[in-house]
Amino acid sequence: MKSLLAPGHRGCAGCCDAMAAKFTLMGAGEDCIVINPTGCLEVMTTPFPETAWDVPWVHSLFENAAAVGAGVEAALKALGKKENTKVVVMGGDGATLDIGMRSISGAFERGHDFTYVCIDNEAYMNTGVQRSGATPYNASTTTSPSGKVSFGNPRPKKNMPAIMVAHGSPYVATTSLAYPRDMIKKVKKATEIEGPAYIHCHAPCTTGWGFDTSKTVEVARAAVQTGLWPLYEVENGEITKVRKLGKSIKPVGDYLKMQRRFKHLFTMEGGEEEIAKIQAIADKNIEDFGL
Amino acid sequence: MAPENKLDKSKMVVVEGSYAVAHAVKTCRPNVISAYPITPQTHIVEDLSQFMADGEIQNCEYINVESEFSALSALVGSSAAGARCYSATTSQGLELMHEVLFNISGMRLPVVMTIANRAVSAPISIWNDHQDAISQRDTGWLQLYAENTQEISDMTAQAYKISEDKDILMPAMTCMDGFILSHVYEPVVLLEQDLTDEFLPAYEPEQVLDPKNPLSFGAFADPNYYTEFRYLQEQAMQKALKKIEDVANEFYDVYGRYYGGLIDEYRTDDADIIVMAMGSIVGTIKDVIDRLRDRNVKVGVLKVRSFRPFPVDAIKNVVKDAKVVVVLDKNISLGLNEGALFTETKSSLYNTDIRIPVVGYMVGHGGRDIKVDTISKIIDEATEVMKTGIKIESQFTDVKEELL
Repeated sequence: MKSLLAPGHRGCAGCCDAMAAKFTLMGAGEDCIVINPTGCLEVMTTPFPETAWDVPWVHSLFENAAAVGAGVEAALKALGKKENTKVVVMGGDGATLDIGMRSISGAFERGHDFTYVCIDNEAYMNTGVQRSGATPYNASTTTSPSGKVSFGNPRPKKNMPAIMVAHGSPYVATTSLAYPRDMIKKVKKATEIEGPAYIHCHAPCTTGWGFDTSKTVEVARAAVQTGLWPLYEVENGEITKVRKLGKSIKPVGDYLKMQRRFKHLFTMEGGEEEIAKIQAIADKNIEDFGL
Repeated sequence: MAPENKLDKSKMVVVEGSYAVAHAVKTCRPNVISAYPITPQTHIVEDLSQFMADGEIQNCEYINVESEFSALSALVGSSAAGARCYSATTSQGLELMHEVLFNISGMRLPVVMTIANRAVSAPISIWNDHQDAISQRDTGWLQLYAENTQEISDMTAQAYKISEDKDILMPAMTCMDGFILSHVYEPVVLLEQDLTDEFLPAYEPEQVLDPKNPLSFGAFADPNYYTEFRYLQEQAMQKALKKIEDVANEFYDVYGRYYGGLIDEYRTDDADIIVMAMGSIVGTIKDVIDRLRDRNVKVGVLKVRSFRPFPVDAIKNVVKDAKVVVVLDKNISLGLNEGALFTETKSSLYNTDIRIPVVGYMVGHGGRDIKVDTISKIIDEATEVMKTGIKIESQFTDVKEELL
């Protein structure tokens, strides 16, 4: 399959954004227009006068990608050019569920025919690993650092897929970089469905999370296998498919200990109790989704 | 000499200013309209919505966005995809768009937007002044101000022609005074569809988002490249100075109506006193001038239609033989105690041989009526400036001392 994201971009070795963008383009195909809010993916792929994109691509601002996507879709319709052309937004977690929340909510409520892919690396990586609404409980970031009286980020992740389901989206799915075929299939399905579809991709960041550049996929897989990142599809409000874990479920410690951002949980007094709270989050996922 | 305005009275209908604008937009055949309601812009977007509901605008999508921020953001995508785009807003909505304004002009997308000028909060006020648009002066949008409903209607088609010109490619705000023009019913000639089709060619951008020819829009520029983007925008603004004049003449050739290009003049030929202003207040000033001329006061008005690009040479040419220039501003730069038109007029004259006093008055903030008496008094004071020089360079007008 032809890669529509050229090599030579400026992403880190082991970059999650590059992988997620490639998988998304494999699912969407070359007859697509990509909208990309400000963030790592934008910066590393388009330093003027270069571009890594082999599909039409537009970047406007940080908080408006869904609105820009809505505008592209409306223009294609008005000009009689919509046909099979897919409109695909790829935005980070900050651009999606923090600063871009108004824009994505409006675009989904209006029912534009486009696909929004959130590439979630659980913090503001482009600006130096500050916490976002997607940062998980107890992760240490530069604005939610662990310290003598802190275990790191005090809040759990915002449940963005559920919010998009609540908007009446015909198709919402979660994906992981460790399961590329699953992701490509889901993106393809999302872009073929009429209306606003949402894909939430869990994307471990080597620099922000603190793991070796060769381990991106392993860390991603561990998130799924511990139940912290369930893979599922929701069609017209109903869960239609869940990736079962069966007996292969692992304790969350296996996932946490791979990453520097959770290192303090293994050294600080009271860390065990905190890990137990994270295990409870995974256990609830396992129960809710029947993993 | 300015062409003579040939208004065909038999074609005139009495409509609201907002309707005249909406109708003008319709005849420009937009592909995407994206707007969020805000007083006093609402009637424009309501009328456009009705046109859409009645199937009167072909090949067009209307996006009912959730904010002004998204209203303009959507048009980034639409314009980049090759659509002729329209929006309208005012006041808080325009301020909310601030970041997108820079983005649209930096990406050289020729979006046209009507501003029903309104004061800015706090205190919240729905009434007219120019603080909203003036505060967006440096965002790289052309800013054109209309005196009456006929002019704002006709300016819509002119704005598309100027903005979409391949040498310009800069977005445009067409500014009409909120309520004073947006809600007034006046006789106007609505833009004729056949004439608009003749005047305004279809929008055919050279670069669009197209899977058959993938291009990247909105790349980041490091210090090796950023300066040239800004430089080229300024070059386009300078080219727009001539284009605005050309398009006003082309408009006259097709429709027979003319309101000036960058500026317009009224009884300025032998004037000692030149009053400068923008927007609907110019009409009131003309009435005052007619009365004063009857008393042999040599006074005329210089109407600034184009605030961006700023018509330095055109202004110099009109004021060079005057003895005093009086500038009226419906805005203020807080901390300088001056309105923007006043500051920029002074700046335009500074490194020149023109040595005449320029005085500024800030009027009509938050919709306060600007009465004939107020303008008469200002012109009386200008007569004193001619004799004795400047006593107060710039000042508020009609401040109610009892409220302070």
